[in-house]
Amino acid sequence: MNEINVSMLAPLLPEVIMASAGILVLLVELVARRKETAGLLSIAAVAVAAYYVPHSFGKSFGGMFVSDGYSAFFKFIFFINLILTVLLSMRYLVIEKSNHGEYYSLVVFSTLGMMLMASAGDLIVLYLGLELMALSSYVLAGFIRHDARSSEAAVKYFLLGAFSSALLLYGITLVYGLTGTTDVSLIGAAVVEKGLSTPLFLSVVFLMAAFGFKTALAPFHMWAPDVYEGAPTSVTAFMSVGPKAAAFAAFGRVFLTGFGSLSTDWTGILVVLSILTMAVGNILAIQQDNIKRMLAYSSVAHAGYAVLGIIVGGAEGLAAMMNYLFIYGFMNLGAFAVVIMLRSEGVRGESLEDYKGLAKTHPFAAAVMLVFMFSLTGIPPTAGFIGKFYLFKAVVGAGYAWLAVVTVIFSAISAYFYLRVVMYMYMLEPEGEAVTLSLSPSLGLALLITTLVVILIGVYPSPLLSFARLAAG
Amino acid sequence: MEIGYPLLSTLIFLPIFGGLLMLLIGRNQEGVVKWAALFFSTLNLVLSLPLFSEFDKSTYMMQFVERKPWIPDWGIEYYVGVDGISVLFVLLSTLITVLCVLISWNSIKTKVKEFYVALLLIEGAMIGVFCSLDFFLFYIFWEAMLIPMYLMIGVWGGPRRVYAAIKFFLYTLVGSVLMLVGIVVLYLKAGTFNILDLSQASLPLNLQMWLFWAFFAAFAVKVPMFPVHTWLPDAHTEAPTAGSVVLAAILIKMGAYGFLRFSLPLFPEAAKAMAPVMIGLSVVAIIYGGLVCFAQTDLKRLIAYSSVSHMGFVTLGIFALNPQGMEGGILYMINHGIVTGALFLCVGIVYDRTHSREIADYGGLASVMPVYAGFFMLFTLASIGLPGLNGFVSEFLVILGGFKAKKLAGVLAATGIIIGAGYMLWLYQRVFFTGVNDNIARIEPMGLREALPLLLLSVFVFWIGVHPDTFLGFMHESVNHLLEGVNYGASDTMMAVKGLTGGY
Repeated sequence: MNEINVSMLAPLLPEVIMASAGILVLLVELVARRKETAGLLSIAAVAVAAYYVPHSFGKSFGGMFVSDGYSAFFKFIFFINLILTVLLSMRYLVIEKSNHGEYYSLVVFSTLGMMLMASAGDLIVLYLGLELMALSSYVLAGFIRHDARSSEAAVKYFLLGAFSSALLLYGITLVYGLTGTTDVSLIGAAVVEKGLSTPLFLSVVFLMAAFGFKTALAPFHMWAPDVYEGAPTSVTAFMSVGPKAAAFAAFGRVFLTGFGSLSTDWTGILVVLSILTMAVGNILAIQQDNIKRMLAYSSVAHAGYAVLGIIVGGAEGLAAMMNYLFIYGFMNLGAFAVVIMLRSEGVRGESLEDYKGLAKTHPFAAAVMLVFMFSLTGIPPTAGFIGKFYLFKAVVGAGYAWLAVVTVIFSAISAYFYLRVVMYMYMLEPEGEAVTLSLSPSLGLALLITTLVVILIGVYPSPLLSFARLAAG
Repeated sequence: MEIGYPLLSTLIFLPIFGGLLMLLIGRNQEGVVKWAALFFSTLNLVLSLPLFSEFDKSTYMMQFVERKPWIPDWGIEYYVGVDGISVLFVLLSTLITVLCVLISWNSIKTKVKEFYVALLLIEGAMIGVFCSLDFFLFYIFWEAMLIPMYLMIGVWGGPRRVYAAIKFFLYTLVGSVLMLVGIVVLYLKAGTFNILDLSQASLPLNLQMWLFWAFFAAFAVKVPMFPVHTWLPDAHTEAPTAGSVVLAAILIKMGAYGFLRFSLPLFPEAAKAMAPVMIGLSVVAIIYGGLVCFAQTDLKRLIAYSSVSHMGFVTLGIFALNPQGMEGGILYMINHGIVTGALFLCVGIVYDRTHSREIADYGGLASVMPVYAGFFMLFTLASIGLPGLNGFVSEFLVILGGFKAKKLAGVLAATGIIIGAGYMLWLYQRVFFTGVNDNIARIEPMGLREALPLLLLSVFVFWIGVHPDTFLGFMHESVNHLLEGVNYGASDTMMAVKGLTGGY
């Protein structure tokens, strides 16, 4: 236990690769003439790390770090998130006049933080991972230094993020005081032994609030719309998928392993949070005219769906949640890719008005956006439907048929604002000058990947379902 | 009946892949697009003919069955087949799509390629709905169709198309998602998505009731039954002609088909217990829908409301739960598809010339377009139910069935026919007789491309009217089997049901 040797690093190999890659990207950025090299390097690093993920299962550092199917599945979500974000960013950063190589390094470090969160078998490691992820994200949110909105987003994100970190730490402290350990599985054993007490319940509530902040569950979602709107669009895309999934990964592990025996005590709160989140996200999204803000509220709503997986619990619930987050990653990044495509020199392209008549001026972009909007609504034959269906199945299976009804009603409400985008694109005539698309090869590749995957999973979900079920254990 | 190749899959996926293939055609080659759409839809019609000739009428079993595992993790199969209830709808779908291509030839001028792609996608999804024997597969087609239909109304429709499109989408979606929860509950209870296996499972009455209402939400909106019919006048009125025809002829039949395929066999006791409610709602729809027609000033809106009334006959026939009513109900759907489809085609023909749907803008049309007036008369009479024409047969059967089930319902439904004769003939008089309106004095007569669909449909008007057994013959076995299931499954719990509803 006390001896530390190199073999203990074996389960951490993907993380080691990512950490080295983050530093390497920084160095390469100094000498590379084209900053895109740094982006390509980070994608290459991800490819290597991804290769080693399935080969590095095991525990290390006395169970503080756990590499298992569960963490592996989430790591693949993070990798996909990173690759697609880098592809989205290459041209976008040039347009925003913020083409610095550090960007890619920060993305890599943030992803490393997420990987640690997914693999955290100990609350301290969880905290370390979360801070690494969050600090990198704060900088990314304010990456466009000359844009006041970006800086404002970064400050807001930082302040509220720091607040949620404090909540998390406070919760951890209480748990440590009550159980004498920070190891999640030992906490689980101690909780079973000691049963529920008021201080323990308090710590559960603190931890829930902290995860609620990170996953943007209502009423802890307030930061999300402002930050998502102000941050560079590529970073918004990145933040809406990766950190959210990482927070869900930690949420699931801590609550189902650590406090699983108390689930009857906390699922009630979570059910309320989930319904509130769906309501707030879906209803407030209706009145947004800025597409980034609309997608921010939509992302809040989707967190409300995903958390159903934790409410259900067990392998089935987790698998449904993981499956959902995986699918959500593709469809959301795809939608943001279209948003980024509309951003060009001098045109922000964030207003719904900019989408007027897009089907006439740019039929391809409109068709792709149509696919993502229907997928986010959850209409077959797109992946979004498969994701929601799995969740409904898990929720009804756990005996919450009424909750499934509430969910489907909110999901029908969401059709209104997703279809509003379709309506602007297809049913209104273009006004004034047609928007110019800033389509680059890398962005095109990202769109191709996301569209194909969204449709492919929609008609043939079997491999993903088996993978999620296997990973959930 | 087995045939050497996967017939139903061909019918489902030929239009879908054909439509997607058409996306590759260049922007300015509208002629190519139209001919390609005509080619694919006609080919599909020709390919569907074996369903008519090779169908074995002596059995209720599913025919032309194809079965492949699809999502083994959830036990979902790609499972398609047709029986006497669904086979005619498949044929109707392939026929109507060809007519829609023809009628849209000159009236669709913007985004031509996308229009025909949407039309073909709708065709594929509709046939998929009627053929699916796996609930998951069924739901995929059922929902997927909303996408092209939403676009068809919203992009190529009339002035209030955006409103009509979103209203159509939200109404149907809310109903459908409740059914989705019902499907999941069924799956968790019975462990399968297979519709035929599910109908063997006997569920407790309480659960049947809940599920019946969950499915009712989806099907009643689609039919549409009173009081969730309000999307229909908007959608029918604002949709382009082809959209109205597809909606009226096939899409709204999916709701009634859902009752026949799912609600009755899966929840027989609940269906039996709820039959009086359903009959009541049907009669309200018949009378209310008919009376509202008198107040309409818009041609398409009038025909749309008449659909509400007509679909009331259909649901009345189905929930009469006797062979006459049910066969009458199914035949009524086919007839309504033909006649109302034809009437919308007729309206489309004059709308292309005048760009007005106001009844007041017409008058004296009979002297300007005599052939057209003849066709319109024929379909009007068929719609009213003149003996010798198709409408009469189904109306007679439905009223007979309704009378057997509940005398008052039969009597009230019969008054619906009188109301129908009233508004249709009054409409005919206002449009075709009286003095020639200046607006239409100089419009060109009907061309061959426009007359062809009407001619084709009038063949069926006479055929079904004179020799309905060609079509009723398809249904006998399946309907009897279905009713046996409902009555057998319901008999042992009838006492409990009577206690619940106070008897009827």
